[in-house]
Amino acid sequence: MSMTDFTLAIEDLTVSFDGFKAVDSLNLYVDVNELRVVIGPNGAGKTTVLDLICGKTKSTAGSIKFKNKELTKLAEHEIVHAGVGRKFQTPSIYENLSVYENLEISYPQGRGVFSSLAFKRTNEVDERIKQIADEIYLGDFLEKESALLSHGQKQWLEIGMLLIQDPELLMLDEPVAGMSVKEREQTAELLNRICMGRSVLVIEHDMDFVEKIAHKVTVLHQGKILAEGNMETVQNDPKVIEVYLGH
Amino acid sequence: MNFVYERLLGGKNAALGIAILAALIFIILPIGLDLFRLNLVGKYLTYAFVAVSLVLLWGYGGILSLGQGVFFGLGGYCMAMFLKLEASDPESTKIQSTPGIPDFMDWNQLTDLPWFWEPFNSFGFTVLAVLLVPSLFALIIGYTMFKRRVGGVYFAIITQVIALILTVLIVGQQGYTGGINGITDLKTLHGWDIRDDSSKYILYFINAILLFGVIFLGRYILTSKFGRLLLAMRDKEDRVRFSGYDVSNFKIFIFCVSAMISAIGGAMFTLQVGFMSPSFVGIVPSIEMVIFAAVGGRMSLIGVVYGTLLVNFGKTIFSETLPELWLFLMGGLFIAVVMFFPNGLAGIWEKHGQKLLVCIRRMQCVGAVKTLLNKRSVKLEAAGE
Repeated sequence: MSMTDFTLAIEDLTVSFDGFKAVDSLNLYVDVNELRVVIGPNGAGKTTVLDLICGKTKSTAGSIKFKNKELTKLAEHEIVHAGVGRKFQTPSIYENLSVYENLEISYPQGRGVFSSLAFKRTNEVDERIKQIADEIYLGDFLEKESALLSHGQKQWLEIGMLLIQDPELLMLDEPVAGMSVKEREQTAELLNRICMGRSVLVIEHDMDFVEKIAHKVTVLHQGKILAEGNMETVQNDPKVIEVYLGH
Repeated sequence: MNFVYERLLGGKNAALGIAILAALIFIILPIGLDLFRLNLVGKYLTYAFVAVSLVLLWGYGGILSLGQGVFFGLGGYCMAMFLKLEASDPESTKIQSTPGIPDFMDWNQLTDLPWFWEPFNSFGFTVLAVLLVPSLFALIIGYTMFKRRVGGVYFAIITQVIALILTVLIVGQQGYTGGINGITDLKTLHGWDIRDDSSKYILYFINAILLFGVIFLGRYILTSKFGRLLLAMRDKEDRVRFSGYDVSNFKIFIFCVSAMISAIGGAMFTLQVGFMSPSFVGIVPSIEMVIFAAVGGRMSLIGVVYGTLLVNFGKTIFSETLPELWLFLMGGLFIAVVMFFPNGLAGIWEKHGQKLLVCIRRMQCVGAVKTLLNKRSVKLEAAGE
C-alpha cells in the first residue's frame, strides 16, 4: 500500500468470526481535520470497525494505516500512544473516582509502572485538567464523584478523558445516546469545536445530530460500504433508502 | 515533612489510625501479655504481612490470589535454610553418617549439600533471597498469566493450584526440603540464640517495625497515581487499556510487590517460631490469609492487621475449647463478612466509629462549656456578694 495524506487509511479490511464476515473488504479514508460519521442499520459492523482500529479486535486481513503507520500489529496501548483515542458506547469512566481524578488518570504522563509511582500533580497538569473540564462543561464538578454525574455528563467526561491526551484521531461510539435535547446541542457544539486540528470518527443513529456535525457520511451495510458522501447525497441514495426502509 | 504526613501517614484520620495501632503493638501488647502470648502475637503479625499484601493486590488491584502462602512459604524457607545450615555445623551433627549437613538430608541418604543450598551459608545472600526469590517467582507467574489476560476467578484457581503443587513438591523432595516436617530445630542466627526470652522480644519488635514499614510502603503505592490506576483497572480495565496503559505490567508489578511483602512475613515467621513447614505454604493457609484480609477490610492497610489478630485469637481460643467446630466457624465468618460487611472491620469503623468520635468530642465540648458556665456563675455570685 502506498503512502497517503490521510489521517486514517483503511484498505481491504476484513474480519471474520467463524466464517461470518462482520467487516468485508472495507476501504475507508478519513482526512485531516475531517469529521466523519458512520451510520448503518444494526449489525452493519460499525462498532466492529472501531474495535479493529483501536486494537480491541484483531483483523483477519487488510491494513489500517494511521498517519502511514500500520496499526493492525500494534497492542492497544501502543495504538493510543500513536495518537488514537476511542470512546465506548456506554460511558466508560471510573465511577468511584472524582471528575478530576478521572481526567488525571487519562493525562498522558506517568504511563509506565515506575513513572506512575513518581507522578506528581504539577501546575501544568492541574491547569490542563481544568481547561479540559471547562471544555466539556464540567468545570464546576471537578471534585464530584463521577458516579453521581448524569448520563450525559458521563459521556462528556469520557470525551474529556480522550481530549486530555490530544489524540489526532478521535473515535466516538454513539456520543449522544441517552442525552437530553439540550445536551445534544451542547455535544454538537463540542464536537464541532474539537475537530479543529484532528480527525474525528463518529458512529451515530440520531439523524438530526448527524446533520449538525457531519462533514461526510459513510453508510455501512453488512460489513461493506453502501454509500459515501455528504448528508444530502446519502439521504437521497436509493440503496440507502432501501436498507433503512426496505424490509 | 509534608510528604511524610500526607503520603505515608495519609492525613489526619489515617495518621490517628496508625498511631493507635502502633500504641497497641509497641506498647500495650508487650506490657499486657506474657512472653508466650506475645510470641503468639508476633506469629500472627507475620500473617498480617500477607494480609497487607492482599490489600494491595486484591482490595485495590482486584486480583484475588489464593496462593499467597506460596510466597510466605518461600520467604520462610529461604530464612530456614540459612538457619538450618548454621545449626548443622560438623560439631553438633557428628553422630550423622555425613556430619555437617542438615539432619533430614542425612536421614535421606544424601551425602553432599545440594548445590542450591550452598549460597544459603551467607546471611547477605539469604536476605536477598528472601526478597527476590518470591518476587521472581511472582514475576514468572504474573508474566505468563497477565500477558495472556488471565484474570478473575481463573487466576484465583491457578494460584490455588500453584500452592498445591509447591506443597506436593516440598513434601515429595524430602531429602532437599525436609518433607512434611519442614525445616526444624533452628537455633541461632550468627551465633545469636533466637530461642531465648530476650531475643523473642527483640524479634517481636523487629517484626513490628518491618510491618509498619510495609504498611508505609503500601500507603506510598496506593496514594500515588499507581494506586488510582489500580482502582481504575479493577473497575474498568478496558478504559485503562485504551487510555494508553499496558495493564499487564501494572498487574505484574503489584503481584511481585505483594509476593515480596508476604515473603518478609514468612522470614519473620521462621525466626520467631523456629521452624518452617509445608503446612504454611498450601491451600488452607493461603485461604485463611484471604479471610484475615476480608475480615479486617480489604481496602484498609490498618484494618487487615486487626482482622489478622482477631481471627487468629479467635482460632486459638476456639481450637482450645471447640476444636472440631473451628473450621465451620471460620467458614461462617467468611461468608458473614462477605455478605454483610464487605469492607470488614475497617468498613464498620468508618461507618460507626467516626460517629462515635464525633459523639465523644461533642460530649467533651458540652462538659467543657458546663464547667465554664459553672465557674462563671460562681464568680458572678462571688462578685454579687
